[in-house]
Amino acid sequence: MSEKKTKRRDFLFTATTAVGAVGAAAVVWPMIDQMNPDASVKALASTEVDVSSLTPGNTLTVLWRGKPVFIRRRTQEEIDEARSVKMEDLIHPEKDEDRAKNPEWLVMLGVCTHLGCVPLNDKGDYNGWFCPCHGSHYDTSGRIRKGPAPWNMEVPKYEFVNANTIKIG
Amino acid sequence: MSDHDYRPKSKVGQWFNDRLPLLTLANHLTDYPTPKNLNYWWTFGGILTFCLITQIVTGLTLAMHYIAHADMAFESVEHIMRDVNYGWLIRYIHANGASMFFLAVYIHIFRSLFYGSYKSPREIIWILGIIIYLLMMAAAFMGYVLPWGQMSFWGATVITNLFSAIPLVGEGIVTWLWGGYSVDNPTLTRFFTLHYLIPFLILGLVVLHIWALHVPGNNNPVGIDIKKPSKDTVPFHPYIVIKDGFALLMFMIVFAFFVFYAPNILGHADNYIEANPMVTPAHIVPEWYLLPFYAILRSVPDKLLGVVAMLSAILILAVLPWLDTSKIRSAVFRPLYKQFYWILVADVLILGYVGAMPAEGL
Repeated sequence: MSEKKTKRRDFLFTATTAVGAVGAAAVVWPMIDQMNPDASVKALASTEVDVSSLTPGNTLTVLWRGKPVFIRRRTQEEIDEARSVKMEDLIHPEKDEDRAKNPEWLVMLGVCTHLGCVPLNDKGDYNGWFCPCHGSHYDTSGRIRKGPAPWNMEVPKYEFVNANTIKIG
Repeated sequence: MSDHDYRPKSKVGQWFNDRLPLLTLANHLTDYPTPKNLNYWWTFGGILTFCLITQIVTGLTLAMHYIAHADMAFESVEHIMRDVNYGWLIRYIHANGASMFFLAVYIHIFRSLFYGSYKSPREIIWILGIIIYLLMMAAAFMGYVLPWGQMSFWGATVITNLFSAIPLVGEGIVTWLWGGYSVDNPTLTRFFTLHYLIPFLILGLVVLHIWALHVPGNNNPVGIDIKKPSKDTVPFHPYIVIKDGFALLMFMIVFAFFVFYAPNILGHADNYIEANPMVTPAHIVPEWYLLPFYAILRSVPDKLLGVVAMLSAILILAVLPWLDTSKIRSAVFRPLYKQFYWILVADVLILGYVGAMPAEGL
């Protein structure tokens, strides 16, 4: 037994363990993956919103994939405020031009990037949003300015189907 | 007297005990030599066993009436409160029982810290205790989600989002925990399943916790090893049984006060509003027993570091037996340690107060 030569038994032992491990993983994976979003959840991928009633300075909140989406029709002052901010003052630098293609319309997930609460409209030190849970302040472009949140509020994929309708997702 | 010397008196008892030594176990538990200088801070182990059994019994009965579905959970809880015979009583015992459980476990943990019960040779008892405490927090958190009120929903959202702080895989883990893109029905049903499972895991760990305790025996207020059995010990039954029983009665008076006179004082009024994914309550706070950790999380202005700081505050306890190299156990004979102990107590209470205050005026 003191020789280091690989024996037939060693090979069988290693091969059996390897096959067993692959088999166990193949059985465990369905048990883990069953917890991921199912087909019916994934099917609710897009939603269309009529924004014709929205006047400047107001926000519409709609539900998309179980999360609120803020659709804000911004006033000229809000747009100017958002576009005049210097990039170096931002925690997560993003140009307002990139976040709101059409400057009048800001569409973003109304979910604080800290721990997922819904920030309040027209609140906070930067005239945008304020998250009541842990005190994150967002500006009029939904960018994080102060507090524990690491990123700006997320802009989802969306498009104007026509002048009055936005399709999110 | 060693356990192996025990022999049942009756023939039937002997026959049974030779095949399954349950009577030997019962004899070990009743004769178990206990230090006779134990004070009332040592009675919380028995009180905690009572709390666990109370939660399991009331939980099982509630589960006969509760419906784990996002559309029906809130209503089914109100149904329990209004229609089910004694449903209000069972639910109030269960909800306040969670608070009583944590009250007792905090006293139990701080007793262990004061008298050095975590030190050698009791490290395994201590670590098992910390695992039980972590499971208790998980069970309490998921239980709080089940009524599907506003605090349930937003508490679930905030706590599950803690995992999003993990670099790269965080978001994927959160989606997996939710079973969707937000807290919703799939989240509720799995939380119910786990909330049902965890108490039984705790029960198993409690058996190990007591087993590990019975190897070296109890620590005591002076922290000096004693010979057992000897003049320094008394048998567990009847001495400790009676003493623990008296302490349990005192504890039950406090418990009953909350259940019958202030059943909602420890909860949050917003949880009587049904969950609404569009509106976060203005002041979102966890249950009182999690407030110190919540304060740590909130105080650190960086998401990942906040989560790391909060978890470290708990996990550091697991390595405590090796951080503390003093050969003396009890704080009675450690003047400096005693001062730091009380600073820790004050710190926990201050953090609890800070955690309860709204995040405003900063």
